[in-house]
Amino acid sequence: MSTSVATTEPERRAWRMLGDVADPEIPVISVVDLGIVRELHARPDGGIEVGLSPTYSGCPATVVIRERVVQALEQGGFAPVIVREVLSPPWSSDWISTAGRERLARYGIAPPAQAVSSVRALHHAPAPVRCPRCGSARTSEVSAFGSTPCKALHRCEDCREPFEYFKCI
Amino acid sequence: MSEALRIDYVLQLADSSLILGQRLGEWVGHAPALEEDLGLANTALDLIGQARLLLTYAGELEGRGRDEDQLAFLREEAEFRNVTLVEQPNRDFGHTIVRQVLFDAYQLELFERLQSSSDGRLAAVAAKAVKDTRYHLRYSGSWLVRLGDGTGESHARVQDALERLWPFTRELFEEQPADLEICARGIGPGLAELRQAWSARLDALLTEATLTRPADAPYRWFGRRGVHSEHLGYILAEMQYLQRAHPGARW
Repeated sequence: MSTSVATTEPERRAWRMLGDVADPEIPVISVVDLGIVRELHARPDGGIEVGLSPTYSGCPATVVIRERVVQALEQGGFAPVIVREVLSPPWSSDWISTAGRERLARYGIAPPAQAVSSVRALHHAPAPVRCPRCGSARTSEVSAFGSTPCKALHRCEDCREPFEYFKCI
Repeated sequence: MSEALRIDYVLQLADSSLILGQRLGEWVGHAPALEEDLGLANTALDLIGQARLLLTYAGELEGRGRDEDQLAFLREEAEFRNVTLVEQPNRDFGHTIVRQVLFDAYQLELFERLQSSSDGRLAAVAAKAVKDTRYHLRYSGSWLVRLGDGTGESHARVQDALERLWPFTRELFEEQPADLEICARGIGPGLAELRQAWSARLDALLTEATLTRPADAPYRWFGRRGVHSEHLGYILAEMQYLQRAHPGARW
C-alpha cells in the first residue's frame, strides 16, 4: 500500500525496481510489500525522492534498507536519490500487502492477525494466530519477542511445530 | 518564550529512553531464560530507537551542530535529563520487571497524549513509539502478574522491589514551572492528569498481581533537573567509554 500513486513513467519504473529490493531480515518479502516505501517523486533533474517509514523504533535493519533502496535506484539510473524518513503516520503491520502476507506464510512466518491499534490488544485478547504449516488455530505464544524486533515465537498445538509470527503493531 | 524549554523537554524524553535502554542492555546474555533475554533486549532496542529520534531532534533545535551521538556520548552527568527511576540498578529479574512496569505505564500514558502535541515532530515520534510501548507493557505487565501472583518467594521479591522503587515515581509527576509552561503551550500533557491515568492503569495491574501499592514517600532526587542518584555516573562511564577514549570513533 502506498500513500501516493505513481503518475509518471520514471516513478512507475522506480516502484518496480523497489519491488525487487528484499527486506534484509526476511528476504522473501520486498520493501514495497512490507509497506515501508511511502512515496516516490521523480524530479525534473533526473533524480528521485523517496519517503521511507521505519517499522519498529529499534529495528537495526532500517539503515541497511535505506542503503539498498538508494543502491537500487542509483543502479536504475536515478541521480540524485534523496531519502526522507516518514514518521507520520507511523508504519503499521496493516500496511503489509496481500501478496506480502501470502509470501510470509509460505516462508513459514505467520502474518499479522489484526491491527494492534485496537483497544483489544491492550487487554491480552489477541485474535487467533494460525499455524503457517498446518493452518490450525490452536497455537500458543512461546515468547513475545523473537529473533528480530518484528517477530514473536509461537507453537502449534496440533502439528507441534514452532513458528515465527510477524507482530502486529 | 525560550526555545531552551522545548529543548530541555525533548532531552528529558530522550534521556529516559536512552538510559533505560542502556540498563536493559546489561541483561543481554544474563537473563533467566532465552525468551527473557530477547524480550529485554528488544525492549532496549526500541528505547534506544526512540532516543535516537529524540536526540536528533534536540540537536537540531539546539542548532549547535551536535548530532545524536554527540549528545549521547559527550554530555556530562548533570546535563542528562532522564528520570532517576530508569538509572536504578537491575538487581534481580523481578526488580527489573517492576521498574519496567512503572516506566512502561508512564511512557504509554505520556506518548498517547504527546500524539496530539502542538509540536508536530514530537507528535510524530510519539505516534510511532506508542505502538512499541504498548507491546512493552504487555510484556512487563504479564510478568508482573506472574511473579506477584506466583510463589511466596517471587511475590516477596517483587513487593520488595516495588517498595524500593516507589519513591522514584514521585519525580515523574512533580510539576515544575517549566512543566506548567510546556503544558500551557500544548507541547506536553499536564502532570496531574497524567498521574491519574498512570495510577489507574498501575492499580489495575497491581491488583491482578496481588501486590500492595506502597505509600507515597518523600524523595530527594530530581533527574529531570540533572540531580541524579549515584548510579548514573557508572552507567555513563561504561556507555561513553569508547567515545571518550577514542574521540570520533565510527563503525
